Amino acid sequence: MLRPSTSIPRRGRGPLWRDPALRALIVQIVLFAALALFIVFIVDNTLSNLAQRGINTGFDFLDQRAGFGISQTLVEYTSNSSYGRTFIIGLLNTLLVSVLGIVAATIIGFVVGISRLSSNWLVAKLAAAYVETFRNIPLLVQILFWYYAVLQALPSPRQSLSLFDLFFFNARGVEAPSPQPLPGFDLTLIALAVAVAATLGLAVFARRRQIRTGRALPMYRIGAAIIVGLPLLVFLVSGSPLDWSVPELSGFNFSGGITLIPELAALWVALSIYTAAFIAEIVRSGIMSVPKGQTEAAQSLGLRGNITMRKIVIPQAMRVIVPQLTSEYLNLTKNSSLATAIGYPDLVAVFAGTTLNQTGQAIEIIAMTMGVYLTISLIVSLLMNLYNSRIQLKER
Amino acid sequence: MAATQVRSEMLAPRKAPDRRTGLVGWLRANLFSSPLNSLVTLALAALLVRLIWPFLEWALFNANFLGESREACSSGGACWVYISARFETIIYGFYPPELRWRVNIVFVLLALVIAWLAIPRMPFKKWGALCALIPFPIAAFLLLHGGYFGITTVPTRDWGGLMLTITIALLAMVGSLPLGIMLALGRRSTMPFVRGVCVLFIEFWRGVPLITVLFMASVMLPLFTPSGFDLDKLLRALIGIMLFWSAYMAEAVRSGLQAIPSGQSEAASALGLGYWHRMILVVLPQALKLVIPGIVNTFIVLFMDTSLVLIIGLFDFLAVIRSGLNDPEWLGYAIEGYVFAALVYWIFCSSMSRYSQYIERRLHTGH
Repeated sequence: MLRPSTSIPRRGRGPLWRDPALRALIVQIVLFAALALFIVFIVDNTLSNLAQRGINTGFDFLDQRAGFGISQTLVEYTSNSSYGRTFIIGLLNTLLVSVLGIVAATIIGFVVGISRLSSNWLVAKLAAAYVETFRNIPLLVQILFWYYAVLQALPSPRQSLSLFDLFFFNARGVEAPSPQPLPGFDLTLIALAVAVAATLGLAVFARRRQIRTGRALPMYRIGAAIIVGLPLLVFLVSGSPLDWSVPELSGFNFSGGITLIPELAALWVALSIYTAAFIAEIVRSGIMSVPKGQTEAAQSLGLRGNITMRKIVIPQAMRVIVPQLTSEYLNLTKNSSLATAIGYPDLVAVFAGTTLNQTGQAIEIIAMTMGVYLTISLIVSLLMNLYNSRIQLKER
Repeated sequence: MAATQVRSEMLAPRKAPDRRTGLVGWLRANLFSSPLNSLVTLALAALLVRLIWPFLEWALFNANFLGESREACSSGGACWVYISARFETIIYGFYPPELRWRVNIVFVLLALVIAWLAIPRMPFKKWGALCALIPFPIAAFLLLHGGYFGITTVPTRDWGGLMLTITIALLAMVGSLPLGIMLALGRRSTMPFVRGVCVLFIEFWRGVPLITVLFMASVMLPLFTPSGFDLDKLLRALIGIMLFWSAYMAEAVRSGLQAIPSGQSEAASALGLGYWHRMILVVLPQALKLVIPGIVNTFIVLFMDTSLVLIIGLFDFLAVIRSGLNDPEWLGYAIEGYVFAALVYWIFCSSMSRYSQYIERRLHTGH
């Protein structure tokens, strides 16, 4: 874009209003004044409206007693807890479903995306059909479908569908066995940490060695062996200190195990399936963005198919995939707010829903809710900028 | 002399081996190229048959389509009677039955305008765009809402169904695109204050979920306006939706603006064109052409996300279907309801996406 040159003398060049620099200044001053007036107008209206309706202002309500129950709480919460606590509960539930969704959507998305490029016609077509179907159906319809049409239609707990007598599916949710660590289990966890640290150290060493001598270690196999083997060994030696609590039908309900509430299950399934369709497209376009010449060059150097893929194609594809993937993760996190529609207690449903209805302090609550999402977006895009500057092509 | 080893006549061409051509060749190359591939193909085919056949039986062969009440559903398949018995409500919501012809006229006009704009062979595109932007919305408002020239008023709280979904989607598209273009231009402006305001505006709306925007529009907008000034619920939602999507449009348009070499603008400048002339006559026509696929993709997501208005209590297409499921008369038909909703949205969205792919191919001029 052209920048008006300041070196052109103003005098003798026509009237003042033809001067681009001056005009730019005036435009900005006018915009500033208009915005300021608009904000003053809104603030003024808001204050008089609040006074008129007798709504409190300020953040004192956060310490007041909430007085309502929440169906899923990751940290301690009772109806005697404060409104501030409902904010924490909602935030944690949002983060929980987002993380679960991101993991599942990434796995499904990569499988489908790579399948679309398969040489097997049926596999490729099925993957394409998956993408075309789920990308074009609103997420809300999918959530409602899984919740009302599938999960709510499951039988009552007494007639649960069971899988190996370990997992039970019924209208109240999914029952699954839960691990109960016994004393001594800490050792296994410590062993796991040691194994991960050792693998990382070995990876650094292997890399240096490869640069120095040109010989590579089969790091994937060694790493997997250490990370799985060491904790397993410690676990067995210390006498398998882990119990499983298996869900059992007692009376009209299940006891033992953990319960995945149906709202979470429906939201998780719908978010993963919907987002996976978009991730699949990202993965496919990323892999296709690597020029064919790269694969051909690798093959002419004598690299085998899977090494070509791992060392040549994927590193270059990731450069295209990762930024888009992160924005898809952000979308998933934002989309998890659709939980409101089925009553999963996420941030929007609990805090911007129930808490707002009880206190009436719309401005503070909506601002806090939006603030959370804005902060998450901001942090992720900062990390993304760092990543982008690291992997950018080093052009000479 | 010795017999010559050189053949003097051409051999007749031999047929390619059977296993490489025709159906067999295609099957071998695409479905059974290796033992593993064959196994995968067979397993998937078996799975497909086991899934698709029962689904077809449920959805078509054993289904009931016509009738008045759930008694008509006796065959054990899908009960599409649930849809057909409530079809009018699904299309028109609570729009007074004797006035529904007005909605029909708007639908016909809309189809004509869209056909005019979307079919490349139709002439006078500029006039078409002008019709779509000025006379059509006025006519549509007069017909749908009324209130002038002795046309009976139908308040927006009676609007509903597919008609409301399409209304919201169209208004949001028509409103957010120009705003998005302005924001994109602003974000590339050389004036620091203008640029800063645009960046803040865009990043704010892109950082928050649409639901919170709708909540904000429904609970905070009444606080922002002077008391006594009552904004219609639909209008409030529309303002929120438009602002929200304008930020996404702005990003789509900006990517097009960035793709236009600065020489274009500089050349226009050298010819003595001012900023607006440069943008409107030189840069935007090229940039917008580039980003048609991006804009249509945003339109598709926008269309799908209009379904969120049911959360703030507007009675759109999805809300009509959902509300019927709570009717004691129709308990237990959730699958039919949501499958139908999914199908309708799918038809709209995938035809938009097909159209955008078609335009992309048309505009692709080689390289």
